[in-house]
Amino acid sequence: MSVLKKLFAAAAITAAIFAAPAYAQDNVKIALVVKSLGNGFFDAANKGAQEAASEIGGVEVIYTGPTSATAEGQIEIVNSLIAQQVDAIAISANDPDALVPALKRAMDRGITVISWDSGVAPEGRQLHLNPSDTDLIGETIIKLAADRLPDGGDVAILSASSTATNQNAWIEAAKKALPEKFPKINLVTVVYGDDDSVKSTNEARGLIASHPDLDAIIAPTTVGVVAAAQVVTDQNLIGKINVTGLALPSEFKQFIDNGASQAVALWNPIDLGYSAVYLSHALATEKAKAEPGAKLSIGRVGEVTLDDTNAAAMAAPFQFDKSNIEEFSKIY
Amino acid sequence: MSTTELAHNRHIPDRLDNPLRSALFSWETLLILVAVAIFALNSLASPYFLNAWSLSDLTFNFVEKGLIALAMALLIIAGEIDLSVAAIIALSSTIMGMAVQAGVDTPGLVLIGLGVGLACGAFNGLLVTKLGLPSIVVTIGTMSLFRGIAYIILGDQAYRGYPASFAFFGQGYVWWVISFEIVLFVIMALLFWFLLHRTSFGRMVFAIGNNPVAATFSGVRVERIKFILFCLTGLMAGVASVLLTSRLGSTRPSIAQGYELEVITMVVLGGVSILGGSGSIAGVVLAAIIMGLVTFGLGLLNVPGIVMSIFIGLLLITVIALPILWRRLRERQGA
Repeated sequence: MSVLKKLFAAAAITAAIFAAPAYAQDNVKIALVVKSLGNGFFDAANKGAQEAASEIGGVEVIYTGPTSATAEGQIEIVNSLIAQQVDAIAISANDPDALVPALKRAMDRGITVISWDSGVAPEGRQLHLNPSDTDLIGETIIKLAADRLPDGGDVAILSASSTATNQNAWIEAAKKALPEKFPKINLVTVVYGDDDSVKSTNEARGLIASHPDLDAIIAPTTVGVVAAAQVVTDQNLIGKINVTGLALPSEFKQFIDNGASQAVALWNPIDLGYSAVYLSHALATEKAKAEPGAKLSIGRVGEVTLDDTNAAAMAAPFQFDKSNIEEFSKIY
Repeated sequence: MSTTELAHNRHIPDRLDNPLRSALFSWETLLILVAVAIFALNSLASPYFLNAWSLSDLTFNFVEKGLIALAMALLIIAGEIDLSVAAIIALSSTIMGMAVQAGVDTPGLVLIGLGVGLACGAFNGLLVTKLGLPSIVVTIGTMSLFRGIAYIILGDQAYRGYPASFAFFGQGYVWWVISFEIVLFVIMALLFWFLLHRTSFGRMVFAIGNNPVAATFSGVRVERIKFILFCLTGLMAGVASVLLTSRLGSTRPSIAQGYELEVITMVVLGGVSILGGSGSIAGVVLAAIIMGLVTFGLGLLNVPGIVMSIFIGLLLITVIALPILWRRLRERQGA
């Protein structure tokens, strides 16, 4: 029965590799469940999670997720975590609704459940940690430009599509913050590049042509910000027009390096994983309670306040500039 | 040449092999041994495996796919295939979601779920039997068609608000840890076993898979039986859709993505010839259980999903290839 022999050998090797660390009984076991494995963003979150675990002490983080980003795959993982009697599950969900029954079952068995990054409907978790919130993002994108314009100046926004819910909410928040916090900054116009490289490039060219005094282009979209920075580079306007907004460090590094942009921002996945583990640990060990209005510590990242649905915003988007872009461009 | 002459010239044995010997070396025995081995390894590798609730949770990893595999086995034995089953789940779930918004209650939802599955299966069957198109082409097309309709209806939205009583099918327990899903799977497996191995319909399915022309000349209504098999597969996809929708408590058009390949993996691992003509329900049931044991066992050890799919791929290739290699080796020794 060579079939069996082979199977035994293969399974035994697998078991030997993976079984070893699974036994530490006294540790608080926190599962960090991500949308899919092999994604740099989540690997970075795991880095932060491990950091929180060693800082708190006595915490074992199980980093897991399905191969393809499906709710069904995550449910299988949640079921196996329930069977392992983990103390807490911190999940970035592939579907806000489909995971609710499985996570409810986990809570019925005494497991602490929180969602982070991508949330679960309120009945399926004890709290949700957003990377940031609309007001903080709106304020940050203006601040990124305003910090380099002490005497004020003209800025324009290059957004995604005119119907994009996220971007529109951020731009509204930015407009609200302008008169209160940035009185010297003048927003001349908002144009839409539809998250399409070609259209975004054309819109950026149009902005520069029709507003000769423009000091900064703000693009709260990863596609638009690259297109605008490329146009500024191509037209030799580096130093005259500062491009900023929300950008992926790995895609955007070259424009920080060549000076087309002074700084951009995005959520910091390391802090997010760190905070998720920190909160899970506090709830699982009953050091904190998730209830509307509660103020919870997230260690070195600061503190969050829960809203009516037990959701909280971690922090303002994290800034990337010449000092740290090298490091983060390797992560995501 | 008369028949009596033939009988003189050839010895035709009553049985091809000693029944005990053939049972001992059958595919099903091999699968049972594999299942027992994996079960034992799981128990050794994780302290959480041997637990009534763990074993009960394990069944959710394979029941929905296993139900479709039962019908798919008949279809593949008859020489056809249906790649659209996961898309049928999505469309059926979407229509059930629409019905919920219109205020339909649980019994109506189940009827709609099964009805949509049956209709989709009948559509596949008509295209294959009436137009004479190859089933692999037809169902690659309807795979996109059915899921496409679900995406048009739902977009990036989801249907929620299924009635509380609807949750029983995918989340309810008949007794202690015995879920409704596993009870249904056992009943269906028995029904399909009876249909394939104990009825003339089952014999005709084998006959079609072995030689459709000979079957036609023997008076088997080949097209009609194929049509029925497509309907049956669609219906079982509808059943799976009811269970999965109930288990998730919501519908999104991406539901059950990739299930068709897992279903076909079960059927092939179960010993059904992908070329048609042979296979057994017992094998398919065992293969479904093995898939559940492997995925849940590796899950308990927190093995990353990508390693899990490598493992299932290796398992499939090993179990399929080894008996063939074994036979070749014996033939060479014999010659």
